Amino acid sequence: MSDIKYLETHEWYLINEEVITVGISDFAQNELGDIVYVTLPEVGQSFEKGGAVVEVEATKTVAEAYAPMDCTITEVNSQLETEPETINNDPCGDGWMFKAKVNAVDDSGMTYQEYETFVS
Amino acid sequence: MVSGGNASSLPLVGGKPEPTIKELSSPGRRASNFPKLDVPEVKINHESLKKEKARLPEVSEHDLVMHYSRLAHRNFAVDLGFYPLGSCTMKYNPRFADSIASDSRFANMHPSMPEEFTQGCLKVMYEIGNYLCEITGMDYASFQPPAGASGELTGLLIIKKYLEINNLTNKTEIIVPDSAHGTNPASARMAGFTVVEVETDDRGMVNIEKLKDIVNENTAGLMLTNPNTGGLFEEEILTISQIIHNAGGLLYYDGANLNAIVGTSRPGDMGFDIVHSNLHKTFATPHGGGGPGSGPVAVKEFLKEYLPGPIVQNKDRKYNWYQPENSIGRMHGYHGNFLVTLRALVYMKLLGKEGLDTLGAYAVLNARYLSSKVSKIIPLAYDEPCMHEFVTSVKDLKKSHKIKAYDVGKALLDKGFHSPTIYFPLIVPEALMFEPTETQSKETLDDLADSLKIIISDLQQEDIVLEDYPKNLPVGRPNELIPAKFLTVNWGDFELLEITE
Repeated sequence: MSDIKYLETHEWYLINEEVITVGISDFAQNELGDIVYVTLPEVGQSFEKGGAVVEVEATKTVAEAYAPMDCTITEVNSQLETEPETINNDPCGDGWMFKAKVNAVDDSGMTYQEYETFVS
Repeated sequence: MVSGGNASSLPLVGGKPEPTIKELSSPGRRASNFPKLDVPEVKINHESLKKEKARLPEVSEHDLVMHYSRLAHRNFAVDLGFYPLGSCTMKYNPRFADSIASDSRFANMHPSMPEEFTQGCLKVMYEIGNYLCEITGMDYASFQPPAGASGELTGLLIIKKYLEINNLTNKTEIIVPDSAHGTNPASARMAGFTVVEVETDDRGMVNIEKLKDIVNENTAGLMLTNPNTGGLFEEEILTISQIIHNAGGLLYYDGANLNAIVGTSRPGDMGFDIVHSNLHKTFATPHGGGGPGSGPVAVKEFLKEYLPGPIVQNKDRKYNWYQPENSIGRMHGYHGNFLVTLRALVYMKLLGKEGLDTLGAYAVLNARYLSSKVSKIIPLAYDEPCMHEFVTSVKDLKKSHKIKAYDVGKALLDKGFHSPTIYFPLIVPEALMFEPTETQSKETLDDLADSLKIIISDLQQEDIVLEDYPKNLPVGRPNELIPAKFLTVNWGDFELLEITE
């Protein structure tokens, strides 16, 4: 897990060669509370860094997860469509949101320690 | 003795939860019976006819009346206790206004009556229009919008039509502060604009430098409420309006926080071109629970012909309906919310000029008094003198004791108070927003502060279970997850709830 990096907007990403896996942090799921609905992107959709990829609906609020870098969606976690609570239960594991082919590498995210300092 | 103010709702809300009407149902009971059929029965044969009987509750009239009366008595209301719901201006609604509104010459007026029979009602709308323009510093008003958000949409449609007629259709961007009510960006989108967000600075005001960066030749306008959503007066409002006007944009004033400035300052003097007022908030008519409200929109002279119509004018010593030339059209069919408008006029007349002149000042005084006490218990989000409301944050308590704004709100219910607004404005984490209004006494404000002190101390105890609060009410903490995931809107679908429990 040491390769996971975090953004100020509370996403995590993991780069594996040309593909990134993205989700939201434990801190983010805790802030949102019970997640009830997730709108995932279509495979093949392209996003620029900072573009809103996933809409996350909790009981109180709706939040968006943004693209950590320019990328094209290759796979979405369709389990989240029926079991969005997976994000609450395992945000950095089974609760991953999408995988995408990186179009422009930008590995400027924070390390776990840096992110911990950022949110505390 | 901490009780919930001078008028605690606790004696009324105690006891067991009221059963649902379905649970009270017994087959064959009726609240009323149809008369015997005295015409030949006709069989309806249609494909859309339901095969099975509707599962309606069956109860006697007395059971029915008792059920709804008990529910009504357990409902929290402005008339029962302190309702410090920030951003909502839950002030007392004078009974006198109700008595005028129930006069049959107003209450039984049909909206299709011709002008010559409705001169009195038209005069009411004409007069309150003038008063409202005087209070807000505008020139003409329309009473078409039936609520605040409808007033917002009206204002934006006026901007849109104005830009169209003046060939400025390149202007498509509406600027909205990040602290704004969610209805602001929603109204702007609904009117077909693009929303551009402007950040709030550390002091809780619009960030002027960021605003300058955002404004360009495509800026159509700015939506703002002043005092802003943090309860702070935008000190740089004249600079803000200059920036927008220099770019050819218009300024829209969201009347959400008008209560703070009535009698002291006027949106028209701050440079706003369009203002909506929530009569149901600022001018003390009953609100909450679905309306009707009244969100009249007032404009400067140059926008008069864009107002939604009809509006009332006084011509040849008669009142008549007038349709502005470039009107955006109607916002609703009739002025069916007329009695709300009437109540607001009665309220204005009850207070008179003297009363209205000090209204905002007393609202601010009450809020500052309460904030001076509350800020010793939970810190303010912005260390600035507040106007009619103030925002606090329990983010530190969340870190140290896992106490969320939600828990504080729920625990406060036990003391007989309505919760303040929680989690708003969105830019303040774990926000609790208090708006006492001018109609609460010092004793009630003291009582709230004392209660808050007790619950904050209680909630920090080691053996506490936060989810247990509220403890004294007939209904405890609701499960918010199940209705969000499995929305049941039909009465017959209760079984689904039982399954998911």
